[in-house]
Amino acid sequence: MDASALIASLQDAVPGAQFEAASSIDLQTTIYAPRDAVAESARALRDRPELAFTLLAELTAVDFWPTEPRFELVYILVSIVHRARIRVKVRLNADAARVATVSGVWPAANWLEREVWDLYGIVFDGHPDPRRLLMPEDWEGYPLRKDYPVQIRKTPEYSQPLQVTADEFRQNVERDRLTRR
Amino acid sequence: MTVNMGPQHPSTHGVLRLVLELDGETVRSCAPTIGYLHTGIEKTAEQKKWQQVIPLVERMDYLSAQSNSLAFCLSVEKLLGLQIPERVTSIRLLIAELQRINSHLVWLGTHGMEVGAVSVMLYCFRERELLLNINEMLAGFRLFPSYMRVGGLREDLPRGFHAAVTAFLDRFGPKLDEYEDLLTKNEIYLKRTRGVGVVSRDDAVALSLVGPIARSAGVDYDVRKYFPYLGYDTYEFTVPIETAGDVYARYKVRVAEMRESAKICRQALQRISPAGAYAVDDPRITPPPKDRVYTEMEALIQHFLIYSQGFTVPRGEAYVPVEGPRGEQGYYVVSDGTNRPWRVKSRAPSLLACQALERLIVGGLIADVIAVIGSIDVVMGDVDR
Repeated sequence: MDASALIASLQDAVPGAQFEAASSIDLQTTIYAPRDAVAESARALRDRPELAFTLLAELTAVDFWPTEPRFELVYILVSIVHRARIRVKVRLNADAARVATVSGVWPAANWLEREVWDLYGIVFDGHPDPRRLLMPEDWEGYPLRKDYPVQIRKTPEYSQPLQVTADEFRQNVERDRLTRR
Repeated sequence: MTVNMGPQHPSTHGVLRLVLELDGETVRSCAPTIGYLHTGIEKTAEQKKWQQVIPLVERMDYLSAQSNSLAFCLSVEKLLGLQIPERVTSIRLLIAELQRINSHLVWLGTHGMEVGAVSVMLYCFRERELLLNINEMLAGFRLFPSYMRVGGLREDLPRGFHAAVTAFLDRFGPKLDEYEDLLTKNEIYLKRTRGVGVVSRDDAVALSLVGPIARSAGVDYDVRKYFPYLGYDTYEFTVPIETAGDVYARYKVRVAEMRESAKICRQALQRISPAGAYAVDDPRITPPPKDRVYTEMEALIQHFLIYSQGFTVPRGEAYVPVEGPRGEQGYYVVSDGTNRPWRVKSRAPSLLACQALERLIVGGLIADVIAVIGSIDVVMGDVDR
């Protein structure tokens, strides 16, 4: 699928949004989508029969610090019906690193967005479970950002023996379960 | 009752932790917790030169090391715009298919053991040993050979490679029949796997499940057929599909895939001449052979440049997926035009399979949890990276 057909179809679905084609070395159809239209575009990409990108293969971010716009979100989508693969990118400024979640459109985005939040600190508005995924919950900073130091000297904190009673543990689990809803 | 399963549990294939809420023997909710094996490989890769990333990516999905390095090399070669010699492509394809058999054998063995068929594990690891011997023959390493390089292969095929692979393939076919005798119609195995951990076709796509898990639910998505790379479109093979979507269907798909892989291996072996080009003829990327380094000044300088500075990769980004043993596997690499990657992102099929665990386990029995975890074939190194 070439970029112009894709953009025409998306313009039709999301009037007023500015999509733009991008060049790519690996000849992969790549477009830039505006940040405010991510949710509608995602829905159109999945639901319109001529697009039908039902499989979200990858969702990740790239940090271009110190240039602006600093972040680029990358969605790699596959259409099983049309045997096509595209890349949709979203530019984000450092002071407004937030975007609407697509986990309602592709449920697989849930953990992928959590990973991006965890490692890049990009906020996904409306995410059902906005917690860190890979790093410990009390971790400070976002490790994959380019201004995050590579080597930190930090004395390791050894784990304490578990001090909660069986009841407290059960309550913790219950609270965890409720917050995830 | 709340059960905390893992991270130190022999059946979680590493360090996966599940918090299960039980109602009698039925699982009411399941919360997978990951990150215990997070080593920051993607961050480390940004500090390394391009060629040095290969040993790192091989250690992510440690059961299919060479599919990882293949995917990484293909992406970087796309950025460099290299034309890889035909022979190298065939060798890579052969190695990738042997890797698939290797990974599926480990899966079959451990999965069989977890559902109570311990003998399967012993037999599978016996055949896997032959594959590890082939790896050792190729590169001197058994699990992480780092034999793939950007631009081709590290060195030419060793003497006796064809004979070793042929001997393995001749032996493997009949042995696979024996494994099937142990499981396919085994009443206990059927009872433990049929109708367990069912995923529907739509759910599989929505949860981005790929590879054998999706194909056992009726999704025929296979990168080798959909977006051919390495000339897969010139080989004759079929993609096994099942529709039941349960653990048994995943077993059948993987066993059928091993047969197909063996078929592809035989075709590839015929195309590979015993000696010939093993890397691109590009002095920026391929180091000169050792005998020239020891005898010629220019070759020594070239060798020194490649190993101390590496090569630069044009600015841009590339993503070339391959069909690894666990499904679509690829590296989204971004270059800023220097000799180190700006960003390396691994597309990890195991991460998404792990996410789907909740859907597969909830509503089933606690005894089936182990069978389901085994059947999705997660490698925690690939989940946490």
